[in-house]
Amino acid sequence: MRSDIARKLGALREVGTLVLLLVVASAAFAKDHQFLDAKNLNSILLWIPLLAVVGMGQMLVIITRGIDVSVGSTMGLAGIIVGILFRDHPGLNVFAGAAIGLAIGAVLGAINGGLIALAKVPPIIATLGTLSAYRGLVFIVSKGDQVDSNMIPDALTNWTLHGPIQIGGVTVSWLLVWAIVAAGLTAYMLRQTRTGRDIYSIGSNPDAARLRGIPVTRVTFLVYTICGAVAGLAGVLYASRYGFVNPATAGAGFELIVIAAVVIGGTNVFGGSGTVPGVILGCLLLGTINVALAVLGIDETWQKLVYGLVILIALMLDSGVQKWLGKLSEGT
Amino acid sequence: MKRLKIRPEVVPAVLLVLAFVAGAMESKYFLDFRYLLDSSTLYVETGLLALGMTFVIVSGNIDLSVASMTVLVACVTARLMESGWSVPSSCGIGIGLGIVLGAINGVLIAKVKLPSFVVTLATMAVYRGIAQVLLGANSAKVTASFVGLDMQHLPGHVPVPLVIFLIVAVVLGLILHRTLFGRWVFAIGTNEVASFYSGIPAATVKIGVFATSGLMAAFAALLMDSRLGVARFDHGQGLELDAITAVLLGGASIFGGRGSILGTVLALFLIAVLRIGMGVANVKAEYQLAVIGTLLVVAVLSGNLVSRLSSERRA
Amino acid sequence: MAFAGVEVLKGVDIDLLPGEVHGLIGENGAGKSTLGKLIAGVYRPTAGTISIEGTPRMLGSPRQAMELGVALIHQEPLTFPDLDVAENIFVGRQPTKGLRRVDWKSMSSRAGELLNSLGVNLDPKAKVRGLSVADQQMVELAAALSQNAKVLILDETTASLTPKEVAELFVIVRRLRDRGCAIAFVSHRLDEVFEICDRITVLRDGEKVGERTPKECAVPEIIRMMVGRELAAEKHADTGGAKGETMLEVDGLCHGKIFSDVSFSIRKGEIVGMAGLVGAGRTDVARAIFGITQATSGCVRIGGVTAKIGNPREAMAQGLALVPEDRQHHGLLMPVSICDNACLAILRSLSKAGWVNRRAISARSTDYVGKLRIALRDVSQPVRDLSGGNQQKVVLSKWLMTEPKVLILDEPTRGVDVGAKAEVHRLMRELADAGLAILMISSDLQEVMTVSERILVMREGRLVRSFEPGQATQETVMLAATGQEAHAV
Repeated sequence: MRSDIARKLGALREVGTLVLLLVVASAAFAKDHQFLDAKNLNSILLWIPLLAVVGMGQMLVIITRGIDVSVGSTMGLAGIIVGILFRDHPGLNVFAGAAIGLAIGAVLGAINGGLIALAKVPPIIATLGTLSAYRGLVFIVSKGDQVDSNMIPDALTNWTLHGPIQIGGVTVSWLLVWAIVAAGLTAYMLRQTRTGRDIYSIGSNPDAARLRGIPVTRVTFLVYTICGAVAGLAGVLYASRYGFVNPATAGAGFELIVIAAVVIGGTNVFGGSGTVPGVILGCLLLGTINVALAVLGIDETWQKLVYGLVILIALMLDSGVQKWLGKLSEGT
Repeated sequence: MKRLKIRPEVVPAVLLVLAFVAGAMESKYFLDFRYLLDSSTLYVETGLLALGMTFVIVSGNIDLSVASMTVLVACVTARLMESGWSVPSSCGIGIGLGIVLGAINGVLIAKVKLPSFVVTLATMAVYRGIAQVLLGANSAKVTASFVGLDMQHLPGHVPVPLVIFLIVAVVLGLILHRTLFGRWVFAIGTNEVASFYSGIPAATVKIGVFATSGLMAAFAALLMDSRLGVARFDHGQGLELDAITAVLLGGASIFGGRGSILGTVLALFLIAVLRIGMGVANVKAEYQLAVIGTLLVVAVLSGNLVSRLSSERRA
Repeated sequence: MAFAGVEVLKGVDIDLLPGEVHGLIGENGAGKSTLGKLIAGVYRPTAGTISIEGTPRMLGSPRQAMELGVALIHQEPLTFPDLDVAENIFVGRQPTKGLRRVDWKSMSSRAGELLNSLGVNLDPKAKVRGLSVADQQMVELAAALSQNAKVLILDETTASLTPKEVAELFVIVRRLRDRGCAIAFVSHRLDEVFEICDRITVLRDGEKVGERTPKECAVPEIIRMMVGRELAAEKHADTGGAKGETMLEVDGLCHGKIFSDVSFSIRKGEIVGMAGLVGAGRTDVARAIFGITQATSGCVRIGGVTAKIGNPREAMAQGLALVPEDRQHHGLLMPVSICDNACLAILRSLSKAGWVNRRAISARSTDYVGKLRIALRDVSQPVRDLSGGNQQKVVLSKWLMTEPKVLILDEPTRGVDVGAKAEVHRLMRELADAGLAILMISSDLQEVMTVSERILVMREGRLVRSFEPGQATQETVMLAATGQEAHAV
């Protein structure tokens, strides 16, 4: 009976996020009935893809009780390299560019993986270091120059501007399709492959995982590599979304928003749980908050504060839930 | 096998000498001591943060919010001055604010029992966010009489901020290494449970440690206000990286229980020398960022290596 | 097999036959748990061989042991709280179909089959978090079976179970036995051992003392084998020594399901021993008195004054001291120097205005090193360089420096060699004579008998017996601890 409660509580977390989402959306709608108009919906729908793609990787990392704050820099570095490739080789196929971005990200993520899984450097320190190292590399590679919009191929920006479905002015962009594909693949891996299940096991009880023969080092390494890879892909998607890549701003500070989305979406910072739908909800919530702030007349200077508070709220929720569950099993 | 007992501070000391030599070879401007001393004022703020960070890391935690605390205090203090408050009272409030911000971190970590890296990641955003909300894109002007402390020199062309830093370093060094509180910080960083069972008030010590970090951020904020003359929410980016790197390079263990103020100071000078040297060699700010980031990782790796080697010798 | 310099198991021969439940019993520290862990690959033997189905094997890890069909069921189950029952059973080896996709349906139904064959009523889809300890052990059992375990080692698995849950477990154990498994039942609960085992091996001080079947012998004989020493020599201490007023009074102390209604008192100059089996709740009582955990009801009085103790700091302030069971993790800061460890609790008094007096630390610790005869080179050595006995003396110094009124010692001589053991006992006597009230929790019956005056026995969370000086015998204590008083000779 208690484990039923435990199961319901897990689902409750996501319901909580959904409730928050509805509250924010209703408040904005009440203030301004134009909140759910095409323009705003498009904004939200363009907000989600980058967040969701990177969020998939961050979710995996956080499930294993780790963290990766270098994703923003990885996005920037992959974005600038691919941007430069587009600039210098105008005929480059955009899908090839995306693949290259993915590969670059994978290498950067693998470096994190090596530091964390093999050299046993704590994740916050390793990724804090690579955050700076990679951002520096962005400048070295770009020589400080931005990759302008005329250098980004139209085929790439097309992903943002157009999409397979258009309903009454609202576009489901190709960017969103990328995100859906990434989410689908991640959900499949987590649910259907042994490696995906190993990720949950490692986060749930690392000692037991080792004793039961799960290749903890290998899976940990893989998790950071994947996180880097999707961040790399997101770098290319960034170019599509904004039409240019600036070495200073591309991906800068993005890690905060991603972590906020993942954490509010029910991925427990203490490890062992988290779902793809939850993270998507989290992304939706943050996107909605973003647009709602504008509608409510709160300008974007409040963003950072809000994201930080979101993380704190999520943390306290998780901590409270943990304590409550602990008391349940103690039976006192 | 002979047991090699090296004080951890030897590493940054040696590297410091090497960096000096490299800098001197790179450019003749480097050995201009007036230039060096004047440049040091840029790093005093980071230095103060690193001093506070030493306490945090020795206690087994981490504080990512130091740069944000600095900026928020700087903005609030400047705003107060702009609104007509006197310099002493504005500064006083700023210092109090710093302590409060740090204590909030401490309470979330010690009482609500949340992991320090996520909490300070969140407060890093919240505090800078508050500064952003407060000032928006504007700058707050600091009272003219308060500006320019960094230009003041003591005899021998020693800049005042550097003197302030050294005094604070000595005081904090005495606190960490010679007082009861300092012993307690080391104890909980080594083994929090055993320390608690021995009657040490672990939660209070943790709050104290983060409050100290906040206090240092407040001092740094005041110096920054004086140096820049204005406060903006987007100042002081990335200071936490240098601070953490300095502490780890100085011989502290990321896992807690080991570290020294002297080591932090030496490592800080090392980073300052590196950055000044890179500046003289016209290395761009972002490249410097990459170097420091790599340095952080190297510091931890070598720290791990050293402790693994020394524990093997014991066996 | 040696552990940190103290030999834990010496030359034990044992065979586990299929279709049989083989009990491994002995006092705490006799080595039965170590033996179980050796067989399951958790530890590696320093000498001797382990053969499975006739072939000698090297069991380098629990996973290797699992692959060879040997599984260990722990007292505290090793499960994954966030995963469901079925997955806990098949973790790392989930059944797949098609493109290496996890076959959830198959996993769930196979889990259901396994659980059914065990006669366990658990929903394979239930999350493990929130399951009772008994149910989690079932999950572990099912996991072992799913790997075709032929040898099952149950290590003190009944310690945290209610009698009803134990009965249910035994039904399953019998079923497994009848299916041909070889089962080792490591326990110190004699009634259970007699109920379920076909053969019993008795260990004492790391050696095998004998092998019997329940039919051919009775409980008292087993107890004699477990305890074994010349009974005459080990008479219950009845030392004189003036006893002062009551120093510690524990009145109706309860902590949820862990212990209830514990009441006793200790006078100045008394050494009271607390005996009982692992899991009886003794350490829990000590921790509650000392403020590490909070009792749910009842009170503690020190020197007649009701004490409010919310944490160890407050406990110390009121004159309590606790030398914990786990020296290395709870009692000492291992990489730190001896003098800093010794003075850890009284640092405040060695400081003036917050300033720590280094010389005083050095002097005070050297003083106690002399008093307690700690063998070392230099007080600034890290404490992990010392032997177990000397480490324990450092912990003792730390607490003696606080000048307590009441000293609680939890397994004071565990992992300590014979010489140091005698010294610790002598010290305790001296301290009591100087006016300290001492509570000694110990699983070493010999120690309990020779050192303590009054003896308290706890069993399953309750204080079941109290012996006045000179009244107890090792047998009667053991009987009280195991609940076998009906069998008393």
